[in-house]
Order: sequence, then structure tokens, then C-alpha cells
Amino acid sequence: MLSYLLLALLVLTIAAYYAGLAKARSFAAATGPHKSHHSLAGYHGAFVAAWAGIPSFLLVVLWLLFQGPVVDQLLIASLPVERIQNLDAGQLNLLVSEIKSVAKGNIFGEPDEVVLAAAERYNSWNAIASWAMVASVLSLTVVALFVARSMLAPRFRARNHVESITTILMITCSLIAILTTVGIVTSLLYETMRFFSMVSPLEFFFGLNWEPQIAMRDDQVTAGGAFGAIPVYIGTLLIALIAMMVATPIGLYSAIYLTEYASDRLRAVVKPLLEILAGIPTVVYGFFAVLTVAPAMREFGELLGFSIAPNSALAAGGVMGIMLIPFISSLSDDALNAVPQSLRDGSYGLGATKGETITRVLLPAALPGIMGGILLAVSRAIGETMIVVMAAGIIAALTLNPFEPVTTVTVQIVTLLIGDTEFDNPKTLAAFALGLVLFIATLVLNVIALTIVRRYREQYD
Amino acid sequence: MQQLRIGASEMLSTVKPSLAESVAETKITARGISVFYGEKQALFDVDVDIPKNSVMAFIGPSGCGKSTFLRCINRMNDTIPIARVEGTISIDGRDINDPELDVVELRARVGMVFQKPNPFPKSIYENVAYGPRIHGLANSKSELDGIVENSLRRAGLMKEVQDRMNEPGTGLSGGQQQRLCIARAIATSPDVILMDEPCSALDPIATARVEELIDELRETLTIIIVTHSMQQAARVSQRTAFFHLGKLVEESETNTIFTNPADPRTQDYITGRFG
Repeated sequence: MLSYLLLALLVLTIAAYYAGLAKARSFAAATGPHKSHHSLAGYHGAFVAAWAGIPSFLLVVLWLLFQGPVVDQLLIASLPVERIQNLDAGQLNLLVSEIKSVAKGNIFGEPDEVVLAAAERYNSWNAIASWAMVASVLSLTVVALFVARSMLAPRFRARNHVESITTILMITCSLIAILTTVGIVTSLLYETMRFFSMVSPLEFFFGLNWEPQIAMRDDQVTAGGAFGAIPVYIGTLLIALIAMMVATPIGLYSAIYLTEYASDRLRAVVKPLLEILAGIPTVVYGFFAVLTVAPAMREFGELLGFSIAPNSALAAGGVMGIMLIPFISSLSDDALNAVPQSLRDGSYGLGATKGETITRVLLPAALPGIMGGILLAVSRAIGETMIVVMAAGIIAALTLNPFEPVTTVTVQIVTLLIGDTEFDNPKTLAAFALGLVLFIATLVLNVIALTIVRRYREQYD
Repeated sequence: MQQLRIGASEMLSTVKPSLAESVAETKITARGISVFYGEKQALFDVDVDIPKNSVMAFIGPSGCGKSTFLRCINRMNDTIPIARVEGTISIDGRDINDPELDVVELRARVGMVFQKPNPFPKSIYENVAYGPRIHGLANSKSELDGIVENSLRRAGLMKEVQDRMNEPGTGLSGGQQQRLCIARAIATSPDVILMDEPCSALDPIATARVEELIDELRETLTIIIVTHSMQQAARVSQRTAFFHLGKLVEESETNTIFTNPADPRTQDYITGRFG
């Protein structure tokens, strides 16, 4: 039903476009070739189409939002009083769900008379609502079409109207993106507040012990439950640090080589190859870390006579570093390329060698751009999930030894939300607190990176 | 034609007394210089002698090869992968393309000032100290201070910047930036300075300042200036070379070039017939 309605709406909107177009053409023909009308015929068409299409579409959205709750209210109101007066909110919900599933035809057991009658009412109300929606939407479309068409005149400023409608559309789109972010942050904040009402923030931020697997059912045997997040953050930072120690020198040096030393032919081959790294799904990096890098490190460690854990921070961090190389190399490459050739000439003209020119002129000039790239890579490293879920450990050990397993914020969030979840339990809510801290950390890093990049852009303008 | 002649000679009322009367010692000798960019030949068999402690101007229409030739003298064409230079250039009798000779030392002795002022995004002090630092010309901080101050003074910029030595060189005005680049070039105490249209991005007042500066510097330096402005060539140079289509058409005293050119192409160019 809904898809036919939307299809009809689309057809009507297209028809509205041609109606506007035809009318505009008719008075364009009447006034002759010299231009006395204000806008091109296409703008008149678009104006009528926007009038016919947009309000009707909004009406459909609003109708769908409110139809469910309104029908539910009607349903509850129509139930016999003696049947619902002793029910609490949960039981009432259960009854409504039962009526709905009966209405859909999924009958379990023996529904009583009241439920069967209510299901019938529910179905008929829904049908009425649907038809009412079709009728009102289509009539709104047609009315809007004719109103808009009647507004058309040779001097009608259709192009300005179309422009303001487009502006409003653009604002709406950006608002949707912003409001989604706000919504996510608010829900994070809300759940985090609930978490902190159960676990003291002092324990969370400064505690050294992380054992969140507490019992949810009476018969479960688990650890006592401790929510000190320090080991988790130390693990995250350790892995991010290892990743950056791999990615920064390799990325930076390859960028310098590509911009300053490589021939054009070589660069044309190597640069896309480097950027392929950015296109590899992180899950592929993950099993590369687990199945190739970690065993190789383990064997190498045995050769040297010390033990490396199979899920060491080194393996996860090292592979994550490989993943981050293209971020740093490509942003550093852009930054180095943006340094004007005249600065290189000036340095060479003073008798500087290539190396001196790079270290004394190019790198300082490109530093803000390079720093921006590094900071963006750091925030990726902190937020990266798949590689560490597969390759890093789960036990939160407080250690700086890269050969031992550590865990990260993202790994903990994943493990906390897998399996039994219960939203009045600190175990589940801890995931939101971790997520909020992670969000704030990457947000701050991104803001710093963007500020630096912006400042750097102004330099050569 | 007669009127144009008069125009050209009036222009010369500002020409400095020629150095040709004194027996000029030759600083730079170029023989048979040809330059190729890939398949395309940009310069054809140029021979020229440049006298010591004087200003020589290269004039000619755009794309005539004058900048290309200038860039041969400090081997800046080496930085362009597709460029190939044939022929010999010697400075003080020493072949600059000799494999024994280090191009880095050559460029320390042959400074260059570019068309667009290109100070490094560093402080004014660091801009001037750049050359002395990389060549190790100063043994102490005070010695380096001395070189920087002296260079800025010779470039006539000291008074304007002495209170803001640590501010970025890119914050100066265009004319000041160009004089900063000249100070930067003379800080390595070169004996030749190459100027590639140094005033084309400057206003007339800044241009006059740079021209004065060129005139002062020629007492101790050999200066070669590429310029599109014939008035400028007439004002600052003692000798002038006219390039056309990659060939050196005529080279002689500036006075002679502008009043009595030997070649009809030179005649056409200086009277504004083409270019």
C-alpha cells in the first residue's frame, strides 16, 4: 500500500513538473521571443513539482509516525474496563502485543473473546487509517499542484523560489546529520549517567582492576565485578603507540621519497599501490594479524629464547600500524606537494643539498599538514575495533610490555555487549561509559587535527 | 622610425656611465651553450663573456631562453629532470660543469634571486642565516649575527626590520620580501648574483629601491639580471644581451644596444615592434 502511494506521489510530482513547464511555455510563446518573463520554463516546472511533492511527502512521514500510537490508544480505550483495570503497564503492553499478533494471524494457544474482537477492531482501524492516508495525501498533492500552477505568471519569480526551496532542503539534510550525532551523544550520556549512579566515577577513572563480567542470573558463576578502566586505557594507548611507531616513520619517509626523489613513472605506480592499503577491510588485517603475524612473532621469540603471547600487543599494534600507513603517507604527500616549488628553488639556489632542503625547508613548512595526518591516524588507531577484537587480548592486564596480551576500549565494548545484556546492569552500561570516553578522546584529537590543518591551509594562500 | 629612435635615446638619459672604458676583467665565459628540454631545444649555441663587477642585463621576448641561460650559470637546470645542457661555462676560468666541482659550492658562490619573492616561512633572521648555516660560514652565534646584520644592511633592509628579526619573513611587503631574498643571497658572500626578473612582482617604488640596491652591489659583485623592462635594463646595466627565439642575437654596451643596435631584430624589439 505504502509503496503504491509513494509511486503515485512520484508520478504526480513529475506530472506537476510538466504542468508547470507547459504553462510557462504557453505564456513564453504568447509574449514572444524577447524576454519579458522572469524565469526559464524549467524553474516554473520545478516550482510546481516542489509544491506538489514536498508537503505530501512530509504528510506521509508524519502520518506513519503517528498512526501506530493513535491506533494503539484507540485500542486500549476500547478494551473492557474490567479486563484492564488490574493490569500494570508491562502487562498492558503484553496484552496489546498479543492483540497485534492475533491481528496479523499469528495465533498461539487459545485467545479469548475480548482479544479476538479487539484484533478485529485493530485490523479495521488500521485499514481505515491507511485509506485515509492515501486519500488525504493524494488530495493534498492535487490541490497543491493547482494552487502552485495558478501562481505562475510571466513575472513570477520561480527561479528565486526554487532556490530558496533548495536551500531549505540542504539545511534539512545537514540538520539530519547533526541531529543524529546529537542523538547518539545524548543516549551515550544518558546511559553513562545511569552507569555512574551504580559505579562511582572515581573507581571507573582511577581503578586499576577491570573485571566487568558480573552475574546476571543467580546461578551464574563469575568474577566479583570491578570497573577500574585504567588497564583498558593503558592497553588502548599501548597498542595505538605501537601502531604509530610503525606507521609514522614508514608513512612519512615514503611520502618524502615519493614527492622529492621518485621519478614520475615510479610515483604513478607506487602511490596507488600504497593507497590500496587503505582499501583493505580491517577484518582482513585482523586475520592477517592473528594467523600470520602473531605466530611468526611467537616463533621468532622462541628462537631468541623468550615467550611472546599469541595475542600480543605487538602483533595487533604492528598490523594496525600497517593499516595506518596510507593515512599518514597520503596526507604528508599532499602537505609536501603543497609547499611551493619556489621555496625548493630558493633553497637549492643558496647551495643547499636535497637533504638539507627537505629537513630545513620542506618539513618545517609542511609540518602542520603532516601533524594533521598523524593526529587523524592516532584517532583511527584509538577507535579501531576489528583488528584488536581479533588480535588483541580480552583480559585487562595492567602492563606496558608489548609482548603480553592487552585489551582495548573497543574490544571491551564488543565483549560487554555480546551475549546476555541487561540495561539495568553495570556490566552492560559500562560499555556506554567506555564509548563516551572514546568518543570524547577521538573528538578532541580530530578537532586538534582539523585546526592544525586549517591553519596550515592559510599559510600559502 | 626617426621618432622612435629619439624615444629610445631619451630613455637613456638615466644610463650609468659605462664601465667599458675601464679594462673589464671577464668573470664568466660561456661557449656554445645549448639547452634541451626533452626533445625541444630551448637555447642555441650561446657564446657570451660577462665582465667582473658589473651588471649585465638579458632582455628579449617571453620564451626567448634568457631565463634558461641564467639558470645554466648556477646549474639550476640540474633540478629539472628533463633538462640537458651542452657547452661550457667557466667562472674565473673554472669549468662549472667539471665533475670534480661540487654544485653545492658553486651555488654558494653564485647566488640567485627569483621572479616572485620566495622567503622561507621562517623568521627574518632565519631566512638570512639559512645559507651561512648550511655552509658553516659562522663559528659562533655572534659571528652569525654579524653576517645576518651585514647582509640585511647591504640589502638596505636593516632599518625596516631591526625590531622584528624574529617575525616571519612572509609577513613583509612584496618589496621588502624581495630585498630579504637579496640579503639571503648575499649572506653566503657570493661573487655572482643571478636575478630572474626580480622586480616583475613589485610596484614602482619597491622596484626603484631594488634597482638602487643593484647599483650599490655591483661594486663588489657581478650581477646578471633578466628583465622584461627595457627601461630597467637601461637604468641598471652596463652591458645588455638581447635574446630571441633561443639565440643570442646581440650583446654589447647598454648604450650601444639602445641607441645603435647592430641587428634589425634588436632594433625592432627595443622600439616595441614585437615582443
